[in-house]
Amino acid sequence: METSVTTASEGRVWGGGNRPLDASYGKLMMWFFIVSDALTFSGFLASYGFSRFKFIETWPIADEVFTHVPFFHGNFPMYYVAFMTFILIMSSVTMVLAVDAGHKMIQKKVILYMFLTIIGGAIFVGSQAWEWATFIKGDYGAIETKGGRILQFVKADTGERAALADFAKTLPGERVDHERRNGIWFYQDKALPSFTVNEVTEGLLANPNILIRTETITEAGEKQLLTREESLTRIKDATEVVEGANLIHNEYGSRLFADFFFFITGFHGFHVFSGVVINIIIFFNIILGTYERRGHYEMVEKVGLYWHFVDLVWVFVFTFFYLV
Amino acid sequence: MAHEHKLEIFRGLLKFKSNTQKIWGVLVFLTIVTGVEVVLGITKPYVLTSNTFVGMKILNWIFIALTLVKAYYIAWDFMHLRDEKNSLRRAVVWTPIFLVSYLIFILLYEADYIYTVFRDGFVTWDF
Repeated sequence: METSVTTASEGRVWGGGNRPLDASYGKLMMWFFIVSDALTFSGFLASYGFSRFKFIETWPIADEVFTHVPFFHGNFPMYYVAFMTFILIMSSVTMVLAVDAGHKMIQKKVILYMFLTIIGGAIFVGSQAWEWATFIKGDYGAIETKGGRILQFVKADTGERAALADFAKTLPGERVDHERRNGIWFYQDKALPSFTVNEVTEGLLANPNILIRTETITEAGEKQLLTREESLTRIKDATEVVEGANLIHNEYGSRLFADFFFFITGFHGFHVFSGVVINIIIFFNIILGTYERRGHYEMVEKVGLYWHFVDLVWVFVFTFFYLV
Repeated sequence: MAHEHKLEIFRGLLKFKSNTQKIWGVLVFLTIVTGVEVVLGITKPYVLTSNTFVGMKILNWIFIALTLVKAYYIAWDFMHLRDEKNSLRRAVVWTPIFLVSYLIFILLYEADYIYTVFRDGFVTWDF
């Protein structure tokens, strides 16, 4: 392994045992996988860029979408994502330390560092699940127009976003969720939002403090705010109340924004999840002493490459989804 | 698989005594870079958002540059590309860089064209 066939004889170049890249078969295959997986992620991120440049004037502003931190109320743009990034980088560090301890054949240390890596990965996946839940639930609610544009509401005096519940009127009337068990054809209608379009419209008419905010981004880099008169005309286009997000509607703006959020962070989260599973398998192998008997900890190094790659991808997702 | 590590970063400006120490050093550096990104993302200095370069805000160029810096240190020090043979490193790094730059170029160029169609076309999209 250490001193395999070097340049000793020209004739034996093709005879096997020659390692021009000085890396084992397993590591090379991992690099192959990483390069191809990097291209897959690049495809996702580039198509995100495509959609964003296509709708450059109406794309949602990420700072205004991801503003939550667990257990705290208020407006904290990006703090939580930054924390997640740090957790992932940190677990990358414990992974390198595990690889390093593996080179030195210190089993105890490899166990410790692998354990910390797994914990870091678990925290990250949990955080992402929380992010998804918050994103799907939504917070303010919005109106969708005939053309599929999203109209959000703002309080005129403070400039803060207004939730539908803050101003919508409750009109007498009966709305029943059409569930699958009631239908003749076992067909289920989509879940009813908390308010009808009518209730929101009436609420807007009755409350002079509420203005409409459109998707359009102004020169100043903020969403366009309509005047009271414009708001009253614009609300006539309303067709639907949107609360939260799914693949078809979302209250944040462009529909593609939510689609890409689910696809890109979902695909990445799936990578982290499988990374954690592989880490756990390797972790038990280390405890069992498999690699002590094998005489080297190359498996840790290989799974480490994958783990770092996942971290690397997150660095890009963080930039292109949350920062730029 | 030689286990020697190259222990200097920033082109030899900073030299570490052991591999472990280098790992922590790189962590500190990556944390600082992430911190700078977050601060810039929250404060959004007016100078950086009002000026553009090749159609994009200066701030966004800074974010992309910092991301590439982070990617470099993750790949070089965590994935040990610094210690690999030149041929392996180049094969791994330049292949995606070439393909991805091409992909980004064609997709963004096309997207910008579609944007102008939406903007200047005779069909209204905002109703």
